[in-house]
Amino acid sequence: MTAMAPQTRRAEDAVAQLVADHEAFAANGAAGAPPWVQELRAGAIRQFAEAGFPTTKDEEWRFTSVEPITRTRFAVASATVSAAVRRAVDEVAVGEPGTRLVAVYVNGRFVSELSSLALPAGVTVGSLATAAAGDQVHQHLGQIADSRANPFTALNTAFVQDGAFVHVARNVAVDRPIQLVFVSFGGPEPTVSHPRNFYRFDDGAQASVIEQFVGVGDGPYWTNAVTETVLGENAVVDAYRVQRECDNAFHTATSQSRQGRSSVYTSVTFAFGSRLTRYDLNATLDGEGAECTINGLSVLRDEQHVDFHTTLEHAKPHCPSWEVFNGVYDDCSRGVFSGRIIVRPGAQRTDSKQTNNNLLLSEDARADSQPQLEIYADDVKCTHGATLGPIDPKAMFYLRSRGLDEEAARNLLTFGFGAEILNSVSVEELRTQLDGIVHARLDESARKRSS
Amino acid sequence: MLEIKNLHASAEGTEILHGINLSVGKGEVHAIMGPNGSGKSTLAQVLAGHPGFEVTQGTVTYEGQDLLEMDPEDRARAGVFMAFQYPVEIRGITNAYFLRSAVNAIRKTQGLPEYDPIDFLDVLAQKLRTIGWDDSLMSRAVNEGFSGGEKKRNEILQMAVLEPTLAVLDETDSGLDIDALKTVADAVNKLRGPERSMVVVTHYQRLLNYIVPDYVHVLADGRIVRSGGKDLALELEDKGYDWLREPAVVR
Repeated sequence: MTAMAPQTRRAEDAVAQLVADHEAFAANGAAGAPPWVQELRAGAIRQFAEAGFPTTKDEEWRFTSVEPITRTRFAVASATVSAAVRRAVDEVAVGEPGTRLVAVYVNGRFVSELSSLALPAGVTVGSLATAAAGDQVHQHLGQIADSRANPFTALNTAFVQDGAFVHVARNVAVDRPIQLVFVSFGGPEPTVSHPRNFYRFDDGAQASVIEQFVGVGDGPYWTNAVTETVLGENAVVDAYRVQRECDNAFHTATSQSRQGRSSVYTSVTFAFGSRLTRYDLNATLDGEGAECTINGLSVLRDEQHVDFHTTLEHAKPHCPSWEVFNGVYDDCSRGVFSGRIIVRPGAQRTDSKQTNNNLLLSEDARADSQPQLEIYADDVKCTHGATLGPIDPKAMFYLRSRGLDEEAARNLLTFGFGAEILNSVSVEELRTQLDGIVHARLDESARKRSS
Repeated sequence: MLEIKNLHASAEGTEILHGINLSVGKGEVHAIMGPNGSGKSTLAQVLAGHPGFEVTQGTVTYEGQDLLEMDPEDRARAGVFMAFQYPVEIRGITNAYFLRSAVNAIRKTQGLPEYDPIDFLDVLAQKLRTIGWDDSLMSRAVNEGFSGGEKKRNEILQMAVLEPTLAVLDETDSGLDIDALKTVADAVNKLRGPERSMVVVTHYQRLLNYIVPDYVHVLADGRIVRSGGKDLALELEDKGYDWLREPAVVR
């Protein structure tokens, strides 16, 4: 046991290690947290220890092996600010430096000196640790995202310490996006951080939130994030999420939103980075007439693996939802999409539409699409559709017959898969930034093909 | 301007065109009529360079060039345009973006500067004025979620923007109600000119009430079995196609 090589490290050992790390964490730096937080952590580590890491034998994980995570020993990450961290923030933040709202989290810890927060009245953006100490999140934290549903959520909760806190008060409309930049990096050893985010939008509040997950350096690291979002009645929220971790990073995350009556939630998710990502996006329509859109795009290459697991839960009647997830996969990359739609008893007049389109740019790329409908009401409309394959030769001919050469036609068709999702980004500067990332990726693919 | 001689073409090993001869002069409008399966659409697709068809015999000369040797994009750049019978949906790409890409691809080969998005809006506005249409299709993804009529209109819109020398319209009238048909035909007529030749492939004579051709050809079983003036279309309307299939009746 003692001389075990890293590649033969078993998942049980990884769990035991994390439980031991948790003991040290609870006894040392984290002991200053309010008692209710300490209880929350203690309960969550028990849940995690009991559940252990998922394996591909678990139905919800059958396309994604987390073995690369379990066989790595991760130390707790530090929140050191370097020039590279500053550069990463500058690169992703949008808007005028003087007036923009940017909160920065380095390996999960809020860093005030990197943040730019001239907050309008009724808006709070900052540190979850501060909010927890001030009792602003007590009744909700851990109540929205279910630690029992996902061991990674349990693990995040066990190590909950800091992350982003956003609150927009009743009827306040925020006129510029609230940007939350999560910068992560490894040390001499691989490190892990557990950013925990909580966003609350009161009745009638209106805001856009941009989460950017970026990495610096070459060291392997693991980001294990959880975001809980609560929308009051009539709240209107656009939530953008851009995952562009380093190539050798791991990213596991859950976002869970809960919507009140007549609220409108639009979530647009992008995955460009990491070697392994599992992202669970769960949205609960918990008030009559609430609307929800969840769109997503993965553009992957090399041996990247991104697993998007979405659950749209229609708990109340008269709620429409729309879901479009597109993937563009080159080289040996692999994309997984699982779209679960649950219609609870009594959630009549549910109208839910799900689409998943996958474009395979290489013969070695792979995509798996798994729609799952669980309908317990009788007056509902749920549709789903999926496409999978290389570029459509009919479309190629159509474009060539208009004067585009093969490469230009291919690029246009490929970009279209991305543009369909990019079009739902209404923050113009972010849209430009994301267009640039997608174009750069496609140019890279084109260069590889021609060489 | 277009000279088709003894054209034989096949798809998946089956010969569909069995020796087409057709000569289209500058500014002329030729209608190709014929029953289903006669090879009308195959002829159109072969002219556009569809890779699914193999030309086994014959020649096609377009403005002195060997058309069959050219890639589809080179034909387009040389002024050949086909309005598709079944236009293809392109997800995520707006009509305006698509048309600018196409126009710029053509301009690039002509050594002309490419249009930026702003300049191109002016170009588009001017072309739309030519055919009297608004810009409502421009910001939508190419053909995606379009009705049948909108898809056909969109093909004509592309033709207006790309300004071809030879336009091949493949069953542009099929699936259109009379109002949509008039709208499309009206735009096509506005695009007629002494420098632009058209080959109008259709199953129905109805279209030719609105787009009046100079010549009408009847295609049956992969051959042109009859050619004539615009009155031939009316005769077909009366008698149907069957009388043309019996070789004894021809001529």
